[in-house]
Amino acid sequence: MTQPQGTLRIIHGRLVDARGDSGSPQTLLVRDGRIEAVGADAEQGPADRVLDASGCVVTPGFFDLHCNLREPGNGQKGNIASETLAAAHGGFTTVCASPETSPVNDSSAVTHVILDVAASRSPIRVLPVGAVTRGLAGDLLSDMAGLKKAGCVALGNGARPVANARVLRRCMAYARTYDIPLMMTPINEALAADGYAHDGLVASRLGLLGIPEVAETTALMELLLLAEETGVRLHLAQLSSARSVAMVADAQARGVAVTADVAMHQLLFTEAALAGFDSRFHVRPPLRTEADRQALLAGLRDGVIGAIVSQHQPHDSAAKQAPLGATEPGLSTIESVLPLGLRLVADGQLTLSQLVAALSHGPAAVVGEQALLAPGQTADLCVFDPRAPWQASDHALRSAGKHAPVRDQVLMGAVRYTLREGQVVWQAVD
Amino acid sequence: MIPNDPFPSLQLTAAGQLKHFLTLDGLDRALLTDILDTADSFIEVGERRIKKVPLLRGRTVVNLFFESSTRTRSTFELAAKRLSADVLNLDISTSATSKGESLSDTLLNLEAMASDMFVVRHSQSGAPHFIAESVTPGVAIINAGDGRHAHPTQAMLDMLTIRQHKGGFEGLKVAIVGDILHSRVARSQIRALNTLGAEEVRVIAPGTLLPTDVEALGCRVEYDMAAGMKDLDVVIMLRLQKERMEGALLPSEREFYRLYGLSQDKLALANPECIVMHPGPINRGVEIESAVADGPQSVILNQVTNGIAVRMAVMSMAMSGQVAERGQNQAAGEQA
Amino acid sequence: MTALLNMDELLDQLEAGVRKHLQDRQIERPALIGIRTGGVWIADVLQKRLGLDEPYGELDISFYRDDFSRLGLNPRVKPSHLPFETEDRDVILVDDVIMSGRTIRAAMNEIFDYGRPASIILATLIDLGNRELPIHPDVVAQTLTLKESQRVKLRGPDPLRIEMRET
Repeated sequence: MTQPQGTLRIIHGRLVDARGDSGSPQTLLVRDGRIEAVGADAEQGPADRVLDASGCVVTPGFFDLHCNLREPGNGQKGNIASETLAAAHGGFTTVCASPETSPVNDSSAVTHVILDVAASRSPIRVLPVGAVTRGLAGDLLSDMAGLKKAGCVALGNGARPVANARVLRRCMAYARTYDIPLMMTPINEALAADGYAHDGLVASRLGLLGIPEVAETTALMELLLLAEETGVRLHLAQLSSARSVAMVADAQARGVAVTADVAMHQLLFTEAALAGFDSRFHVRPPLRTEADRQALLAGLRDGVIGAIVSQHQPHDSAAKQAPLGATEPGLSTIESVLPLGLRLVADGQLTLSQLVAALSHGPAAVVGEQALLAPGQTADLCVFDPRAPWQASDHALRSAGKHAPVRDQVLMGAVRYTLREGQVVWQAVD
Repeated sequence: MIPNDPFPSLQLTAAGQLKHFLTLDGLDRALLTDILDTADSFIEVGERRIKKVPLLRGRTVVNLFFESSTRTRSTFELAAKRLSADVLNLDISTSATSKGESLSDTLLNLEAMASDMFVVRHSQSGAPHFIAESVTPGVAIINAGDGRHAHPTQAMLDMLTIRQHKGGFEGLKVAIVGDILHSRVARSQIRALNTLGAEEVRVIAPGTLLPTDVEALGCRVEYDMAAGMKDLDVVIMLRLQKERMEGALLPSEREFYRLYGLSQDKLALANPECIVMHPGPINRGVEIESAVADGPQSVILNQVTNGIAVRMAVMSMAMSGQVAERGQNQAAGEQA
Repeated sequence: MTALLNMDELLDQLEAGVRKHLQDRQIERPALIGIRTGGVWIADVLQKRLGLDEPYGELDISFYRDDFSRLGLNPRVKPSHLPFETEDRDVILVDDVIMSGRTIRAAMNEIFDYGRPASIILATLIDLGNRELPIHPDVVAQTLTLKESQRVKLRGPDPLRIEMRET
């Protein structure tokens, strides 16, 4: 991609990043795709272009550690072009592509396909995450160093566990050798079995097959102990329970190099979302209790959890048009993440700066990057109007997946501009 | 935190009439009592020379059984025929879905047959809800058992049996014994007994056969059967599936029978008037002793008559709700 | 609301008419059936006046109505109760008011589901005319022609009285 030349001045925007919130309108100057100056320094001299962000918030572009782009795949559930456009619509400038594609991204050939398609079809940056075991089967190590060389920023096993602890330990030791971060979902398959809902009150009442909390925590304990021993950089993907947050906090206090994320929908919904057998809320890990939700929010505020992910899983409508237990898990979320997050801010659960940190700098740090509104940083930016109404609908959603978590209500917060290296890649049409 | 559509509205009209019968959740005591009263009227019909009334004449009822059950299907079939409906039995477990056709596609084909009611049995919890949400307006859905979720007609026929023997539900102590975890019948019974005002519902089972937080469903847990039998007015024995032994839920049938099987000795610990119920089919010597099943306190057999009457009641009430709703919609359309 | 009809006189008329009919047809042991709810109250009176030792039957025609497609099921349906066999019996079917004839059609359909009677005599307290079906009562105590705005209803059971109201 050619570097855009020239200067862009973004005026009258409230600047928010992980370090703070300007409160009042400020100016930001971009030169040649990078942030040149912020505040009074940015107001000096002429600019080639001016973008008026009056009434809007300007933040680093959002960074998603877990996004399913469905390519390679059969195209029914979306592709790199459709899902990265949706991500740009949602204010994201970087998405990590989950290895759960078809075929699985367990070889440099697949990684190259993803990067090549993204280079020509994606308005934003796509960072592949490779499979840590071949075919995600959990038996054999993938060509980890090769995947890293091809462009994978981390390796993981998707939503699946590496059930054999000996294989898991070797994955970690090998990844440690080449300084590759591992992104693992804590899940004990034997305990999760055929479950598709939190093993609690709602599952008991509706006769749903439950996934107990211990399906997460026993696997988490194993991951933490092995990470501590091997010294691998471990990132825990999509925690769902209060107990998990406490266990990660303990490990961090002991000095284990472990980070964690949570999916946005885990911060807004609980098991109660399944009360009407609403198949959209069939997600993994399952939505748990209000106490879990509160603990996940507290974990974010305390910094135990550093990132919020979309866990975007677009599906064709047939995949969700069936009795709950026969549907495929996952929500189409990437365009709803910001308005849902702003709801948490409006409810006083997070400050705007905390929300923005968890959507930008926090996740970027997991793969060794930064995402701040500071001179020298890449000008990947999101400009959104926090008071603009937005409602998900088949028409409004750019994703191939129309199963957004909230469709029957108007939410507040709409992205006006998404900029990648100083270039507008998404612009709202009024 | 952002509320979903409250699902009880799915089975009730704006005026609170039944239009589908999916679960007992969200149905109040008055409505459950209406069902029992209407069933009483249908019991009388069953005693006539011609056991048939013309209520659903010209309507088509489709028995949509994705999980085969000859017994339940037969009572629904008889109930529909006694309401003068035309009945189509479709055993889907062996046809369309095994050829890869989705449930939605199967339904589209069936609606082309201009059906008025689907009686649905499915192995997935919530399947009747799913069908009720996607079906053409005017078509009533009756849940004939879905996964582990609900079996509301079975529970209501049990309630009818209890009311016939005990006169009502006030002050009753009822125990449900056995595999609560996998039982849709138990879930519906617990809900019905709570709604109808039973004094106490106990579940008696080992921990492996109880759902998480079962107390929150409205019952008290008792692991020891002898203690659980004390002061009982009604004991309901659940069927134990043989495959439970394979899932490491129970050590053996013999141990289960010794601890939780209903023998004459254990029954003697309950009230002398205590009745014994079983949704059938019975595993003699696994959950119940033959002498108890065939004994004077057993009311297992007259549950069949009640089963037809309750299903006639629910079918005619749901069809009636659909008729009323269509009338209201038409009136609203004319006003507009 | 007026009670212009004398109940005792009406019942006298009804009783006399039924007696005459039974005599003409040489029926000695009729089976009395009242239609809920007004017809049952009148059957109760007739049973005593005719000195019948057999209890009368009660018919709830809710399951036989021909307007289910428009109105649905009567939510207060109660079991019908016929304490005798109807097969080969001479039935006296009693109702308070006859108008369209649809209730009587439903009642006769229901009676036949219990068994085939030898004959049915229809006795009603009041005939309002306006028939929609070819059904005619054998015994009527009073024929009335109402204005379109008027309605009559039997109140009871104790005391029985006819209520007429303007709508």
